[in-house]
Amino acid sequence: MAIAAALVVFLPLLAAAIAGFFGRTIGDRFSQVVTCGALLAAMALGILVFRGILAQSGPQVVPIANWITAGGVDVDWSLRLDTLSGVMILVVTTVSAMVHIYSIGYMAHDPGIPRFMSYLSLFTFFMLMLVTANNFVQLFFGWEGVGLCSYLLIGFWYDRPSADAAAIKAFIVNRVGDFGFALGIFAVFVIFGSLDFDTVFGKAPAAVNTVMNFLGWQVPALTLACILLFVGAMGKSAQIGLHTWLPDAMEGPTPVSALIHAATMVTAGVYMVARLSPMFEYAPSALAFVGVIGGTTAVFAASVGMAQNDIKRVIAYSTCSQLGYMFFAAGVSAYAAAMFHLFTHAFFKALLFLAAGSVIHAMSGEQDMRRMGGLWRKIPITYAIMWIGSLSLAGIPFFSGFYSKDSILNAAWASGTAVGRYSYTLGVFTAFLTAFYSWRLLIMTFHGKTHADEETLHHVHESPWVMLAPLFVLAAGAIVAGYLAEEYFVGAGRGEFWQHAILVLPAHDSLAKAESLTGVILFLPLIAGVLGIATAYLCYSIEPDIPARLAMQYRALYLFLLNKWYFDELYDRLFVRTAFTLGDGLWKTGDGTIIDGFGPDGIAAATRELAREASRLQTGYVYHYAFAMLIGVVALVTWYLLPR
Amino acid sequence: MAIGLAHYLAVAAILFTTGVFGIFLNRKNVIIIMMSIELMLLAVNINFVAFSVVLHDLAGQIFAMFVLTVAAAESAIGLAILVVYFRNRGTIEVEDIHMMRG
Amino acid sequence: MILQAIMFYLFAAIAVASGVMVVSAKNPVHSVLFLILAFFNAAGLFVLLGAEFLAMILVIVYVGAVAVLFLFVVMMLNVDFAELRGGFMRYLPIGALIGFILLAELLLVFGTWVIAPGVAGLAAAPLPAGGATVTNTRALGDLLYTRYLFAFQAAGLVLFVAMIGAIVLTLRQRVGVRRQSIPAQLARSRGEAVAVVKVALGAGAADAPGD
Repeated sequence: MAIAAALVVFLPLLAAAIAGFFGRTIGDRFSQVVTCGALLAAMALGILVFRGILAQSGPQVVPIANWITAGGVDVDWSLRLDTLSGVMILVVTTVSAMVHIYSIGYMAHDPGIPRFMSYLSLFTFFMLMLVTANNFVQLFFGWEGVGLCSYLLIGFWYDRPSADAAAIKAFIVNRVGDFGFALGIFAVFVIFGSLDFDTVFGKAPAAVNTVMNFLGWQVPALTLACILLFVGAMGKSAQIGLHTWLPDAMEGPTPVSALIHAATMVTAGVYMVARLSPMFEYAPSALAFVGVIGGTTAVFAASVGMAQNDIKRVIAYSTCSQLGYMFFAAGVSAYAAAMFHLFTHAFFKALLFLAAGSVIHAMSGEQDMRRMGGLWRKIPITYAIMWIGSLSLAGIPFFSGFYSKDSILNAAWASGTAVGRYSYTLGVFTAFLTAFYSWRLLIMTFHGKTHADEETLHHVHESPWVMLAPLFVLAAGAIVAGYLAEEYFVGAGRGEFWQHAILVLPAHDSLAKAESLTGVILFLPLIAGVLGIATAYLCYSIEPDIPARLAMQYRALYLFLLNKWYFDELYDRLFVRTAFTLGDGLWKTGDGTIIDGFGPDGIAAATRELAREASRLQTGYVYHYAFAMLIGVVALVTWYLLPR
Repeated sequence: MAIGLAHYLAVAAILFTTGVFGIFLNRKNVIIIMMSIELMLLAVNINFVAFSVVLHDLAGQIFAMFVLTVAAAESAIGLAILVVYFRNRGTIEVEDIHMMRG
Repeated sequence: MILQAIMFYLFAAIAVASGVMVVSAKNPVHSVLFLILAFFNAAGLFVLLGAEFLAMILVIVYVGAVAVLFLFVVMMLNVDFAELRGGFMRYLPIGALIGFILLAELLLVFGTWVIAPGVAGLAAAPLPAGGATVTNTRALGDLLYTRYLFAFQAAGLVLFVAMIGAIVLTLRQRVGVRRQSIPAQLARSRGEAVAVVKVALGAGAADAPGD
């Protein structure tokens, strides 16, 4: 199994290298074949590995190579195989393989196919490295790598200035998070003296009361480390504050959005919190922080998603909101529920994105929902797929989202903590909003009178089978994954399933407490969802002018939502302008005037001036020169005469 | 008063200074410069011979002879240059010779 | 003694005066003539000192050759009488200042300076033991052709180079002057000199080849 695991991780790298370096030689078709083949093989091997993990009793570590041995730092390249990484491997390889196949159709007319496929495979490799990491440094390596691939893929169409800007924005915002993450890793090293997971987890209980010095204050060390690490997760998973990059990341091609910004990269933060549960469990303040952020993000993103008009942006904000769910689940120590939702969300969100991609493909590139409408008869399969995804997202029973969402909300309520109750309230409200905007999207895109022009409407066609087949696979997952996996992820079998991959202290075990919940509380999320769907129908199908009237009546609120709570404007004024002014100042004044002025330019100018003055002595008249010589002689004579 | 070394040296000094004056005070032509140089060399010769006699050392006079030789050679070349310059420029006015102005 | 003093002052005064006139004469020919006068008087000073060979050499070489050369050039270049240009006054104060400083310093030195005691033994070429019986010429000759032979030959070389230099600088090839070139004449062949032309009856010899 060690070999299978190694292959799972490194086959995508190999495929990326081949397509990346030799893409131009081997051609588009072969690059696609190589990368898709590698990913399908990785997916198959991933299933094998997962079954192997289920069969074993504890985590298995597959060593690859020695990396750093310097002083107290001893880190290796190795693959940690336990349930947590197994689940992630499954998710990553499956969704990635589907996206690769989908991309064959979606990017068929793009001039840069080998580059695209190579980047996708490279991203998969980094993600797999991240989830199989056995120490903080390899985790960080994968973390940075997926950030890099995100940048490369968002800015894939690099001749578009908006894409370039979005790519840089993503990278920089991620970087801010990564800075916190790096500080967290340093803190871990200071507290525990090691960066190896097993060592750190073993020592965590003892470190509960350690205190460390941070910027002059004495702070509880473990809490600080966990919060810093979570800042990294905030950046990667687009939680409130560091979320601004996610909507703009929609500049990238839709397969990229599906893979990276729905199923895998953004979930790396959730994975990290779950993986580090042995640490977080001993830092309750950090967990509370996580919960608050998660809950707030969930409702914030849903509220913004309500007012957006671009189909991909709605789904992007939806992702942000669902990530908030996962985090506040972790905040109440229901890591298993968070992972369950991650699992189901990967399927239905990727499905939604790829279906949106189909719609965009059918509408010849149109992304604004206000110019769509009345398409359901023309692209019925895509329509059905969209329904499946939305049903799952809204948490309608039997579809997978229902199980994961409900387990999260139940756990939140059952935990009994203030944070838990806060998150639950926001979570239920968000469920209402989620259903609302999902059906808003459906209705605006597929129903009603069409607002598209004749030309576009004429070209509307169903996607080719190479784009539909992955959709079917993902749809299957979106339907049955929840029902099938509930038992193992969050149900009675979860202890045996997760074993020691996730640690939950008995006092915090909200999932256990949730099992004893009764009453209407259990149905609140469902009621909220159905209400949301009904409201959407009311506002967009039955009385279509309600939204417009509401928008005019509450203009300020509407604009506030439409402009994403003015976060971008705030950041622009606070950070971007400041950075640019500082940069400009340092460049023009610091570098230009001062350094160049006293350095090269200044010295050169001074030399020239000096030379010019000196050359005035060269009058060309010999007698002037003789005179100068004479003055020299007299001076010499005077000099020698003086002491006497 | 007995004519001693100092008298001769004084004469040489005055001649030398006159030659120096001639170089940069003249506004006429370059030949004056060359003649001033000859004056200076003459003054130097007087110096040499005076010392040679006072110190009973013939080396001074030998050197004076060589100074003479070199002065002759140098004035020959100098005048040749002057002639060629005149052919090309048509003038040997001091004010007009400033081609080496930097 | 008194005669010597008078002769000294006479020679010295005229030498200095001529020097000043060399520099300030308007007519360049006058300048050269005054230069000649200065040389003569300097020669007289040399005789007073006892270096009669050097005095005569001065007259022969400086006056006879160098000054005459100056005259030739002055007359050849047809230099005009020059008026004092305006710039003279501009430099006079500073020039005069520098010059007088120099003069003052020189005189100061000569007035206070004493011969070092041990210098007699340091003579590079002491006077010959014979004293008054050896002439200045003889003494110089003895020294020049033995101890300073190399310098003597080098001086000769300097003069040689100067001669070549002067010729090279001023030699002009006159264009268009027909000169006889004996070697060219002797090397002429029949082919270049004579051409046989077939002439038609009644017609003249047409343009010969090479005309």
